[in-house]
Amino acid sequence: MSNRTKGPQEPNGVQKSDEIVHDHNHDGVDRRGFLKCMAWAGTGAFCVIKGGVLQSYSLSRLSEIGAEAAAGELSFVQISDSHMGFDKAANPDVVGTLKAAVGKINALPVAPSFILHTGDISHLSKPAEFDTVDQVLKDAKPKDIFYVPGEHDVLGDNGQQYRERYGKGSHGAGWYSFDKNGVHFIGLVNVQDLKAGGLGSLGHEQLEWMEKDVKHFSKSTPIVVFAHIPLWSVYPEWGWGTDDSAQALAYLKKFGSVTVLNGHIHQTMQKVEGNITFHTACSTAFPQPKPGAAPSPGPMKVPAEQLRALLGVTDVNYKQGQHALAVVDASLE
Amino acid sequence: MKKTFWMTCLAGLMAGAAVIAMGASARMQVFAAAPAAVAAAAPAEDNPAAAVKIDNFTFSPNPLTVAAGTTVRWTNHDDVPHTVVADDKSFKSKAMDTDEGFSYTFTKPGTYSYFCSLHPKMVAKIVVK
Repeated sequence: MSNRTKGPQEPNGVQKSDEIVHDHNHDGVDRRGFLKCMAWAGTGAFCVIKGGVLQSYSLSRLSEIGAEAAAGELSFVQISDSHMGFDKAANPDVVGTLKAAVGKINALPVAPSFILHTGDISHLSKPAEFDTVDQVLKDAKPKDIFYVPGEHDVLGDNGQQYRERYGKGSHGAGWYSFDKNGVHFIGLVNVQDLKAGGLGSLGHEQLEWMEKDVKHFSKSTPIVVFAHIPLWSVYPEWGWGTDDSAQALAYLKKFGSVTVLNGHIHQTMQKVEGNITFHTACSTAFPQPKPGAAPSPGPMKVPAEQLRALLGVTDVNYKQGQHALAVVDASLE
Repeated sequence: MKKTFWMTCLAGLMAGAAVIAMGASARMQVFAAAPAAVAAAAPAEDNPAAAVKIDNFTFSPNPLTVAAGTTVRWTNHDDVPHTVVADDKSFKSKAMDTDEGFSYTFTKPGTYSYFCSLHPKMVAKIVVK
């Protein structure tokens, strides 16, 4: 179980509130940290719910996810930030790395029930970009894919195209909920109508909907909330947080098991706060720097000819039992 | 970028040590007080012109002071798209990918606050005299 996520019920999971229990970039943007970042591209997270508690595994440690670990009441995969259409030095082949992620999903010992995509499907909201992602994901064994939009998916039309493609049956800007095997999933939109100087925003209408949505569930129902921008304050200076997330989380206080899955920051982090476990997923496209470690949160670059090789680096400072979401040992080549 | 940097430094030197000690925002203000120097790099049109660069998720110069009738052109030098949106929505660009730009002519004096709607922590102002 070296690679399992520290959940609230983890025996050694004595964790302080507000503590980031896992940060792959812990040693900064030195060479090692950089290689680790690169190795996450093309990966996703495999999630299993056991006893109502979600456990998360990095797909890049696929070989360590045995059938026993993968067994549970429900399993699914989270991928994020495909940024289809991005073609800069940080990754000139975002199609290739998304295909690699699909390959890893299909190689899992237990086929996940579905895929969650936590936004920034496209880079510039172009129809061809969405088409390409749809085409690549057709090859994934799970046929159900649930999306929430990133800010890159709603450019120019306030998300109309996004909702036509992915938001059937959703409310407002595209929020919705569904149930699978006794687990209640809530997809939220926090990338629309952003205000000058602010962070991600859910807005009153969505918050009201959410309050009603969860009201009638018993407190033993496991809850999974997913949205693009983190619903916890990762680094507000770079906009990595959501202004009104506290209200949304307040509606979830009565539940014993709440998991929040986000993307946007292109790196994995985890935090446990009371009954809520927060995860952010890496990007299938390119890494971003550790909070505050660079002048801006722009893509981290490596020469194009080195990208694939770097994705295969296995020399990683992985410590058993200390790091929750696992690091790297798979090559995309 | 280099040219802007050296002009900024030069302006700072001329203004004396006190300005240098005040840091980046003060230097930008000094730079903004000399918009004519920027106009030379902008496309020649009937209107006077000025430029705002987007680098590292930052608009500069900020604030930019121009005369009424000036056309301001924003250019994105980042690897990710940005937008230019007035707080009051009086002007609004499409998403500008790398090296793409947006122009807007300011006809009335006033202070115009704007931001990037993708990265709303990016805020800046145009002052029209």
